[in-house]
Amino acid sequence: MNTATATRYAVKYQAIASALPGQTLPWLQTLRAEALMAFSESGFPSPREEEWRYTNVSAIEKKLFSPSISLPAGSIDAQWLKSYQLQDAWVLVLVNGHFSAELSVLDDLPEAVSVMSMAEALAKQPDQVQKHLGLATAQSEHGFVAFNTAWFTDGLFVHVPAKQVLDRPIQLLHIVTDADIMSTTRNIIIVDEMAEAKVIEIFIGVYSATSSEIVADNAYLTAAVTEVYVGQNADLTLYKMQSESEKAYHFGGSYIKQARDARFTHHNFAFGGLLARSDIHADLDHASECELNGLYLGSKRQHIDNHTRINHLKPYAVSREVYKGVLDDRARGVFQGRVIVAIDAQQTDSQMNNRNLLLSDDAEADTKPQLEIYADDVKCGHGVTVGQLDEKSIFYLQSRGIDEETARNMLTFAFANEMVDKIKIKGLHDMVLEQVLTRFPQEGVNKEWL
Amino acid sequence: MLSIKDLTVNVNDKQILKGINLEIKPGEIHAIMGPNGSGKSTLSHVLSGKAGYTVTGGSATYQGKDLLEMSPEIRAREGVFLAFQYPVEIPGVSNIYLLKAALNSIRKHNDQPEVDAMDFLTLVKEKVCLLEMDEKFLYRAVNEGFSGGEKKRNEILQMAILEPKLCIMDETDSGLDIDALKIVAEGVNSLRSAERSFVMVTHYQRLLDYIKPDFVHVLAQGRIVKSGGPELALELEEKGYGWVEDNQAAA
Repeated sequence: MNTATATRYAVKYQAIASALPGQTLPWLQTLRAEALMAFSESGFPSPREEEWRYTNVSAIEKKLFSPSISLPAGSIDAQWLKSYQLQDAWVLVLVNGHFSAELSVLDDLPEAVSVMSMAEALAKQPDQVQKHLGLATAQSEHGFVAFNTAWFTDGLFVHVPAKQVLDRPIQLLHIVTDADIMSTTRNIIIVDEMAEAKVIEIFIGVYSATSSEIVADNAYLTAAVTEVYVGQNADLTLYKMQSESEKAYHFGGSYIKQARDARFTHHNFAFGGLLARSDIHADLDHASECELNGLYLGSKRQHIDNHTRINHLKPYAVSREVYKGVLDDRARGVFQGRVIVAIDAQQTDSQMNNRNLLLSDDAEADTKPQLEIYADDVKCGHGVTVGQLDEKSIFYLQSRGIDEETARNMLTFAFANEMVDKIKIKGLHDMVLEQVLTRFPQEGVNKEWL
Repeated sequence: MLSIKDLTVNVNDKQILKGINLEIKPGEIHAIMGPNGSGKSTLSHVLSGKAGYTVTGGSATYQGKDLLEMSPEIRAREGVFLAFQYPVEIPGVSNIYLLKAALNSIRKHNDQPEVDAMDFLTLVKEKVCLLEMDEKFLYRAVNEGFSGGEKKRNEILQMAILEPKLCIMDETDSGLDIDALKIVAEGVNSLRSAERSFVMVTHYQRLLDYIKPDFVHVLAQGRIVKSGGPELALELEEKGYGWVEDNQAAA
């Protein structure tokens, strides 16, 4: 990317700078200034960088998305919102990157637990934020992280103290209401020693207050960064579903630091956007366990990229990764999975798997598993498949009376559903299932029977 | 029920079945035995409509209709059931879902309404019990992570629920220990009726100790070289397949 475009964005920064949260905090001002500098120099990542070789974000350069300065006026249809809001959850809603207290549900939180907007956390717990902001990822990672650090307007802050087990999930709901804007949010999730929590992050497309529906053909930019800290022997499950509108650009990065014996599970459902990229990078300590699951569905001209990195830094850690993609029309799916085993990470046990189902001749899957092993006593494996439906399975279903087309639809659905079935929260499971069913042929898949 | 006449079948231009003749009446159990490579599995695959087999001559008439003209799903809906030698694993589709989809597609073909949810559950649970399976199996993905014996039992469960007229069992006994074999046999025996016929393709005589056939046919090099009653299986067990092959060579 040329730096002229970065400069154009940087100029826009001046307009919003005073409205950004935490501007009274010198350390944050410095951090943002550094990030802006880094972004001005590097711009957005280019395909010349190895980690971005299959994904060209130059289309974002051509558009100049505008920051949203405050919470938009106008109400959001409660009925519509309900279809995305989980019952029995603490819900934090961000509209165009700004916290909406009115739409959020944060009652009955256990006393010692913090679930609040990033702006509120910067006002009430600046030390906690300072300690964690930019620790799990740095601006040097790539342009999007720098961009996010410079611009973030709000986000979610979660702190679960030691031994606290949350009985409800925390849901973060991102809604964008206007075209041509950018929603830039930063989240911090801290789960202390022996604590347990589930956090759900959902991105949904442009919502029009006037027509009460998702306006599918508007472009906007999401750039979200989540930093996650899982304490010793703590347990965190993070769910992400991005169902951005058809012309949206999405970058979402989750950067995780796991302490000794910490368990982290990530479920990544990438469905929407014209161009969408996810980063999931985890650093593992002694005997940490890390499970990454992913499902990406692409059709039309969608480009969906998932980039994972699992860093085995210490001995005895276990990682399991399964990513599945279903690609139709001219869609392109990218999977880059890196597993790095450091020299003293002996007894590492790691398995990575990426499977792609191509439904059309023009669909494309680029998959690149990378194992970098510096220790000598480890068990690491990976597998990759790109292909069509299994003819044996089709015949098996036909031999039970199911016609070929229905069999194909059932198997396509089943391929995806295997990942949906891993969701243990009923409301979320149903929501994700609904998304899968609306995106792929349903004939032959009877929802009532599932 | 099923009448096979001079059936010849090629796989990749190589003749595997070289003129099969077989007459199966309602209620009969026919065992087809033979050494490896004799064409046993080809016969069961061709009857169920699997792709990759070219019928070069002869006919197979099922209930007065040309079986070979039908697509695999139409055969199934008309009452033909193949119990697979190697049942396929289908992650993401639960057993109960498959059973319901299969049963309803068959009912639709026969102009019957969709099965009532409660009746269906009662039926399924009864059959699960019969096959000494855990109810949890119903909600697991089809055959995924099942042991060999569990997969074969699952085939018989499907058979019990779909109630086919012609059951083709492709080496259902291979890979089963004696306990699993007994359960499978019991399941099959409970399905025996005057209207239902079975074709049991097997390599081993042991299965026939538990499911008594009316006829035994020996298949060798693509032809039925000998037919008889259950006693033929015992004779085979004693003398080995070499015996029929030698006889054939001598003739």
